[in-house]
Amino acid sequence: MSHDHEEHVREHDKPLSGPALRVKALESLLVEKGLVDPKALDAIIDLYETKVGPHNGARVVARAWTDPGFKRRLLTDAAAAIDEVGFGGQEGEDMVVLENTPKVHNMVVCTLCSCYPWPVLGLPPVWYKSAPYRARAVIDPRGVLKELGLLLSEDVEVRVWDSTAELRYLVLPERPAGTDGWTEERLAALVTRDAMVGVAKVLPPKAAAG
Amino acid sequence: MNGVHDMGGMHGMGPMEIEKDEPVFHSRWEARMYALQRAAGFHGRWNSDMSRFSRERMPPADYLAATYYERWLFGLQTLLVEQNLVTAQELATGRAATKADESAVLRASDVAALMRGRSSARVAAEVPPTFKPGDSVIARTINPAGHTRLPRYVRGRRGTVHIDHGVFTFPDTNAMRRDPKPQHCYSVRFGARELWGPQVSARDSAYLDLFEDYLDAA
Repeated sequence: MSHDHEEHVREHDKPLSGPALRVKALESLLVEKGLVDPKALDAIIDLYETKVGPHNGARVVARAWTDPGFKRRLLTDAAAAIDEVGFGGQEGEDMVVLENTPKVHNMVVCTLCSCYPWPVLGLPPVWYKSAPYRARAVIDPRGVLKELGLLLSEDVEVRVWDSTAELRYLVLPERPAGTDGWTEERLAALVTRDAMVGVAKVLPPKAAAG
Repeated sequence: MNGVHDMGGMHGMGPMEIEKDEPVFHSRWEARMYALQRAAGFHGRWNSDMSRFSRERMPPADYLAATYYERWLFGLQTLLVEQNLVTAQELATGRAATKADESAVLRASDVAALMRGRSSARVAAEVPPTFKPGDSVIARTINPAGHTRLPRYVRGRRGTVHIDHGVFTFPDTNAMRRDPKPQHCYSVRFGARELWGPQVSARDSAYLDLFEDYLDAA
């Protein structure tokens, strides 16, 4: 959002802005009190900036596209199947995977806050946490998708999943045409975060490249 | 609580904007804020339902004007004072009056295991379910002043139980008095027209995960 952007720009060429200053003061206080170790903060940030992210979910999706047995397990006990690929943990303990088909389009929202499957998608992007998506995904999912460039025909059923409890949702997008015989690794490179939230489709290789 | 955080179905919030190649954090203070919340939570003074409730209590005009991590800052300051990890005086001055006597501080070497750890809200307790898949239910018309995960837009609406997810801690009581009150949580399907009227597609639907205490048999 533009406010975030202004904040970001300001931080680099001017003295610390309001929240930056207040967070810095809070960190100093908690460190001085012996409640927080700043090195642990560095480690947490590093984990979510460099290790955990949508590339994890992309590997899960690519495996489901190439391994029917895995796909079956993923759709019946998602957390256990995701654990096979090596992912799991906080905000991913109880997972549900939703399969998109030519007739059914699933999309995920958290209208009350920002619930999101961290182990497979990392931390949620600003749009997912913001008022327009949280307000509109349930009342006007087709309008939201259209605004994002995904026009669904009337005969496609749209299912919106509002993450109101501790279940976390991952969308298994449709495998795009033109990828016959592709390896899991190559397929994973096509899979986007937005497709795994259900606000986009995975594009065929030519369109993805262009 | 009937707060502005309960946004499902509201109008006037503006268009969708997806930032291309968005970074995980937009500035260092956002990253520090996220990490502070995780590290402070390590002391076990609050549960995730209490954390959510702390952010919901941000005054509505402030909540709407704030960026995401500004809400986290408000919530963490609220929890720290309420749960006696820091005093309001210390927060105001930024100076520690006393050292905390917490021995278990999160260290960098513990972080990977902590985040990989499973702290599921699922409860092993044997609680018989009242509903089964296929049952017609009505989401209760209730207006708790405290924390709840029953959004306004489904209250009083009729739906169908899709799946019984099993037994989980109940956020409403867990947030207000640390009472887990274990109960079944169900995926409930609501037809789009039941929620929004005849102008929306009859094919479409919303699925919500709703606790037994939110539901009556239809």
